[in-house]
Amino acid sequence: MNSSTARAVSKPISRGSVWIKRGLIAVVVIYVGGLILAPIAALVAGAFEQGLGASLKALNQPDVLSAFWRTIQICLIVVAVHTVFGTIVAWIMVRDRFPGRELINGLIDMPFAISPVVVGYMLLLLFGRNGLLAPILTAMDIRVAFAFPGMVLATLFVTLPFMVRELIPMLEAFGIQQEQAAATMGASSWQIFWRVTLPALRWGLIYGVTLTFARALGEFGAVLVIGGGVQGRTETATLYIYRALDERQYVGAYSAAIVLGLLSLVLVIGTDLIRRREASRS
Amino acid sequence: MSAIEAGQTPEYKHTAVPSLPWGRWGLRTAALTYLTLMLIIPLAVIFQDGLREGLSGLWEQVTAPIAWSALMLSLWTSAVMTVINTVMGALTAYVLVRYEFPGKSLLNSIIDVPLAIPTLVTGVMLVVLFGPQQALGAWLKEEFDFSIIFAPPGIILALLFITFPFVVRAVQPVLIDMDQTQEEAATTLGARGWSIFRRITLPPLVLPLASGALLSFARAIGEFGAIVIVAGNIPLYSQTAAVYVLGEVESENRLGASAVSIVMVAIAFSLILLVGWLQRRRRKDNQ
Repeated sequence: MNSSTARAVSKPISRGSVWIKRGLIAVVVIYVGGLILAPIAALVAGAFEQGLGASLKALNQPDVLSAFWRTIQICLIVVAVHTVFGTIVAWIMVRDRFPGRELINGLIDMPFAISPVVVGYMLLLLFGRNGLLAPILTAMDIRVAFAFPGMVLATLFVTLPFMVRELIPMLEAFGIQQEQAAATMGASSWQIFWRVTLPALRWGLIYGVTLTFARALGEFGAVLVIGGGVQGRTETATLYIYRALDERQYVGAYSAAIVLGLLSLVLVIGTDLIRRREASRS
Repeated sequence: MSAIEAGQTPEYKHTAVPSLPWGRWGLRTAALTYLTLMLIIPLAVIFQDGLREGLSGLWEQVTAPIAWSALMLSLWTSAVMTVINTVMGALTAYVLVRYEFPGKSLLNSIIDVPLAIPTLVTGVMLVVLFGPQQALGAWLKEEFDFSIIFAPPGIILALLFITFPFVVRAVQPVLIDMDQTQEEAATTLGARGWSIFRRITLPPLVLPLASGALLSFARAIGEFGAIVIVAGNIPLYSQTAAVYVLGEVESENRLGASAVSIVMVAIAFSLILLVGWLQRRRRKDNQ
């Protein structure tokens, strides 16, 4: 991911190492092919076993479409929240010094390592029927568990590190000289933020958005526990795949899996390619 | 990618930094409120719930046979994955940095594919390829009586797929920055390939390898989406800790669910802190 560092030029060290080189390349290519490409190919083959028509028909069901639509809604909300608060948190972590900063630095990465099931369960302990906040929620007539808000919260938790971790190195590398220069010339802090800082963070933000979106698209364990996966009500795309597998509707499950995988793949790899091209141009 | 990259920051003079609107305190409050609501409160609640009956109550739940075997399964499958992933990740990074060959940039892009694919989809893929009703899976069962799917090997395979980028991407930048003149000097002095690798190439890679390995281990302990599809989830045989927690939540055994969750959270937190410490140490070494 270090696009700025120059590629080391490879020089064959000795003639005898040519065979070692070929052997090592072969081992790596076989490993990557077997571990990553073969399963992808198998899924594609499995989904189109009964032809493209069958796949499209399986996906073009009201409950499947509504599951995908629910996923997209969750993704959009999550991305919006993390863009705003992720920027603030990153800024605080880089520019501010306060007690407990190291601890917070560790906490930010927690969602990365905590099981999604545990995340859903934590929210259930807070918002569930016997949860800590149950008295308040029933008094105000708000449903969080087994409803849309709970699923948004679960996805927010799981995707928290991505935006912050993209922006922190960007802010560190950017430094403060340009902001100081703008301040000296009399720019207001809003002007500095919109015209100087934000444009410099552009790629961090874009990459953070795509990673957050892709991770939110694929979230499963946490929304299963907090949402319950009720067909037509709290079923997201991943929960549909899980149910379809359970009901042995394999064409539907495989096709939905391909759509979901392809969506996040195009997002993540596409952005990475554009960023690399941009980096090599400048 | 959520590689943990914070830490070392130049100390700015606060007075000279143009602050965002609303001032420093407004931003601090916003950031800390957000983190408290999103992270700290949910984490605190699980500890409060699981420790209702004290540490001995927690211990009793964790050491119940099914819970214990689920935790052990998560730990040993993650450990096996970490060993394989560390060796293959280091090798992949080495090949990508040091050699030129057709298809290299394609291979480099494929490394990140597991980051983009939802883990549930990973599970589905592996079942389609190795499942007992599929050609390959049936053949392995017939010829070698070896099951991948609905058995621990499927768990390891799923974890290998998901965590593949972590070690590669931790080692790759270090290899790129490495000065090759030392290796060349060693060759001139008559050192052999293996001893060059062990004495010169490997030492600077130890810390990044360790943080990549620990990161994949931390990520693997809690994995759910791929495993629930692949493992078959048979208690005492192929049920991992995350799947166990789900079962206890569904059967409303709150104490059991909270106890195993606390253990998982504690493992995750110590590993994350350890990775952070390793990375800070590496920065110090570099200075």
